[in-house]
Amino acid sequence: MADPAPRPRVGLFVTCLVDVFRPSVGFAAVKLLEECGCTVEVPEGQTCCGQPAYNSGDRADTKALAKRTIEAFEKFDYVVVPSGSCGGMIKEHYKELLADEPDWAHRAQHLAARTYELVSFLHDVRGMRTVNSRYDGTVTYHDSCSGLRELGVKQQPRALLRSVAGLKLVELPGAEVCCGFGGTFCVKYPEISDKMVTAKTDDIDATGADTLLAGDMGCLMNMAGKLKRRAMERGGRAVRVRHVAEVLAGETDAPPIAAAKEG
Amino acid sequence: MAARDQILGGIRRSLHRGVLDGAAAAPLEQRVTTPPRGPIPARTQGLDQGGLVDQFERCANEVAASVTRVARLDDVPEAVASFLAQHNLPADLAMAPDPLLDRIPWDKRPLLRIRKGRSDGRDPVGLSAAFTGIAETATLMLASGPESPSTLNFLPDTHVVVLPAGRIVGPMEDAWAKLRAASPAAKLSGEAMPRTVNFITGPSRTGDIEQKILMGAHGPRRLHIVIVGDERS
Amino acid sequence: MQPTSHAFKQNAHEAIADAKLQQALGFFQFGQAGLAERRRQAVAKLPEFDTLRDSAKAIKDHTLAHLDWYLERFEKNCTEAGGHVHWCRTAEEARQTVLEICRKVGARTVTKGKSMIGEEIAINDYLSENGVVPIETDLGEYIVQIRHEIPSHIIAPAIHLTQKQVEQSFRETHTHLDPARQLAEPRQLLDEARGILRQKFLDADVGITGANFLIAETGTSVIVTNEGNGDLTQLLPKAHIVLASLEKVVPTLEDASTILRVLARSATGQEMSVYTTFSTGPRRAGDLDGPGEYHVILLDNGRSALLGTEFQDILRCIRCGACMNNCPVYASVGGHAYGWVYPGPMGSVLTPALIGVEEAGNLPNASTFCGRCESVCPMRIPLPKMMRHFREQEYERKLSPKTVRAGLALWAFLAKRPALYHRLTRLASSILGRLGRRSGSFYNLPLAQGWTGTRDMPAPQGQTFQAMWRARRAG
Repeated sequence: MADPAPRPRVGLFVTCLVDVFRPSVGFAAVKLLEECGCTVEVPEGQTCCGQPAYNSGDRADTKALAKRTIEAFEKFDYVVVPSGSCGGMIKEHYKELLADEPDWAHRAQHLAARTYELVSFLHDVRGMRTVNSRYDGTVTYHDSCSGLRELGVKQQPRALLRSVAGLKLVELPGAEVCCGFGGTFCVKYPEISDKMVTAKTDDIDATGADTLLAGDMGCLMNMAGKLKRRAMERGGRAVRVRHVAEVLAGETDAPPIAAAKEG
Repeated sequence: MAARDQILGGIRRSLHRGVLDGAAAAPLEQRVTTPPRGPIPARTQGLDQGGLVDQFERCANEVAASVTRVARLDDVPEAVASFLAQHNLPADLAMAPDPLLDRIPWDKRPLLRIRKGRSDGRDPVGLSAAFTGIAETATLMLASGPESPSTLNFLPDTHVVVLPAGRIVGPMEDAWAKLRAASPAAKLSGEAMPRTVNFITGPSRTGDIEQKILMGAHGPRRLHIVIVGDERS
Repeated sequence: MQPTSHAFKQNAHEAIADAKLQQALGFFQFGQAGLAERRRQAVAKLPEFDTLRDSAKAIKDHTLAHLDWYLERFEKNCTEAGGHVHWCRTAEEARQTVLEICRKVGARTVTKGKSMIGEEIAINDYLSENGVVPIETDLGEYIVQIRHEIPSHIIAPAIHLTQKQVEQSFRETHTHLDPARQLAEPRQLLDEARGILRQKFLDADVGITGANFLIAETGTSVIVTNEGNGDLTQLLPKAHIVLASLEKVVPTLEDASTILRVLARSATGQEMSVYTTFSTGPRRAGDLDGPGEYHVILLDNGRSALLGTEFQDILRCIRCGACMNNCPVYASVGGHAYGWVYPGPMGSVLTPALIGVEEAGNLPNASTFCGRCESVCPMRIPLPKMMRHFREQEYERKLSPKTVRAGLALWAFLAKRPALYHRLTRLASSILGRLGRRSGSFYNLPLAQGWTGTRDMPAPQGQTFQAMWRARRAG
């Protein structure tokens, strides 16, 4: 249901990977949010959502980070995250994590109710159905696991991508199969991770697309790194890899992920 | 018995409680005495008997069971003989000593050699009568008894099953209801439950070699179902 | 059997390098549409599937909460039907009980239907050591037995083998047959196995099966098969022994019918398996066939201890295999890498639950938490959540590798201090950004060799979003 509130205040949870590796994604997100009528703030106290600690079994540190995140963001009308995995962490896991502390659990529940992954926020909450951007290319889209299974992000990016002028969308076979990033997994089990990303890049190559998009930087860096290495080893150009927000916002001046600066 | 007590005690300790009896046990007692049904798929709801038979036949084809429909028991010998001839199968049948099968005029097809009894592993063809048929999945229900040896369902190379159309029900739950109704105390505990209740859906198969589905693993290679009559019989 | 789960990483390494295994795993994933796709198609044809999952989950949760009562009721009805129930606390107790039953009937050979409990208690080796010959009859189990391997999947035991490997094993084992015979077609392999095993069925003194369900209402055990071997195993011998762990019990026949609707569909995409058999007690007075004795081994082996813990939900597992059919990690390394009886996602929870986190800690760690297993589980078991609980146990007991712990501790330290975090991330972004600017990525990064060994690491853009944002707001 589209939210009729005139100018909601959005707190952007930028995520560590966007913050450190690819700020242009953050700026693309801001542009899209402002385009659909939101004011955007970026609280300074944010750092990490706590997922690496959480998935490594360190509940104490995770709780500490969760509490900081809740404190920094609970004053906003919405918290929007350009990542399904960080979004899922805040929206689904904080409440379970803090279940034994009633005060924090309550605050976590309230925050969860107002937290969204970026593209699903634009589409489901703000009612956005078209974007005013142009992208000349054949695009294939990978469904990041947390976004898909925890937050129901599936149709929304496809719907918005179809409205991009010049863009041709081809479905990725096995779009819903994990790319092998998995946070600490790719560090702990690199061989299995590589096998999975190899299968993924085989599927991507088979589509004939020149561009790969997804909504999570972890997945994107993993797939982009593999696509580039394969292109180097076999010759030929690597598929261009970007965060879906960049294409939706028409912000594609920056080189794609892992790509050299042109010129 | 030490092990029994320790296991039951361990369960209760893990669940932080003692023995369930009296009021606590009443709903459990109720559940096993009058079992509630779970969700029943819509596909067989609201079908009349003819609809159930059609549904059964459709599903049977999908699971590679062959089906012949005949109007009366008198037509069964011809149906069985021509099925065997069509597939070049020997006309040697081991037949269950079932009263329904006894009513069939086998002398109409004297070339069919019939021996009544269980199978000893050397029978090319087994012939049984089904207790019910489940239209939801084209599943035959056969229950063991003095008139129904279970070995006939598994040892012969080919299994032929006579299924009166009136015995076909929609979901498996209706099959259980029929079995309960047929038992003396109308419940299936102790010896009232047949030793072996087989639900058979198509001929034996395996996918254990490179995922290729092959018919005729250890059970019958072929399952042929002769549905008799359009209404009750 | 001695677990090798502690060596998961090495097992996985060998599995990835094993060309024949990888070829077989290709058939598993894609052959005749693959098991995952077949499940998907079957689910699409049943509108009530999700409702049935909810009911199935509720049935098991109810049963587990009253497990003692339902087990006692099962025992009562089984005994009334002439069966014997044997309560076994441990694998050893179960083995001894089975052997004793075999000895009492003077068993020389025993046929076996597929039973994961049989694997768990390592019954085959025990029987062999004690002069009783066990013969696997499920085709996949038979193949695995003659190769002296263990099953690599809970539904399809030989899924790790190619047809050629099966042919080779048959030739090496069935030496009484003409070496010049044709065996290149799967049909020929099946017919050969059928012929050999047919006589074994007829000769066996005891038949051992597993149980997909035990039914309290009637004292019945249920097996779900496609080949018919489980039925020949139990009908022909003098005694039928059922191996079942405690959590197999459900209250009623109707409850079994509900869960059956999601079982075969989840496992192989079939609506019903070919043979679903309900067995109650020994043959009756007027019966023409059937076993003279019926014994049910009720095995605890850690199940009662899982009740009431954060791992209770794994006791809802109905052994359909959907989780491993849909797991990209399983598809990469196959079942043997997991090192014990139960592979894939359910194995990654049940194995550490039964044999401990010290031995099996790798298993719940070797997951990306993609969540696909949970999404296809017919019993709605929260597998990633329970794997995470094991990781918490390992963290508290300091079982995880030092380097990973140190790295994460450093990260958490910084993340709790925003000012320091922002300064350091700006520095890192700037340095790495400058170093990687020309090519856009790193071919080799010390400390990140696991990644850069096979893929490039994208370079940062050179500034942090936070710094740029503050600058833009200020300017």
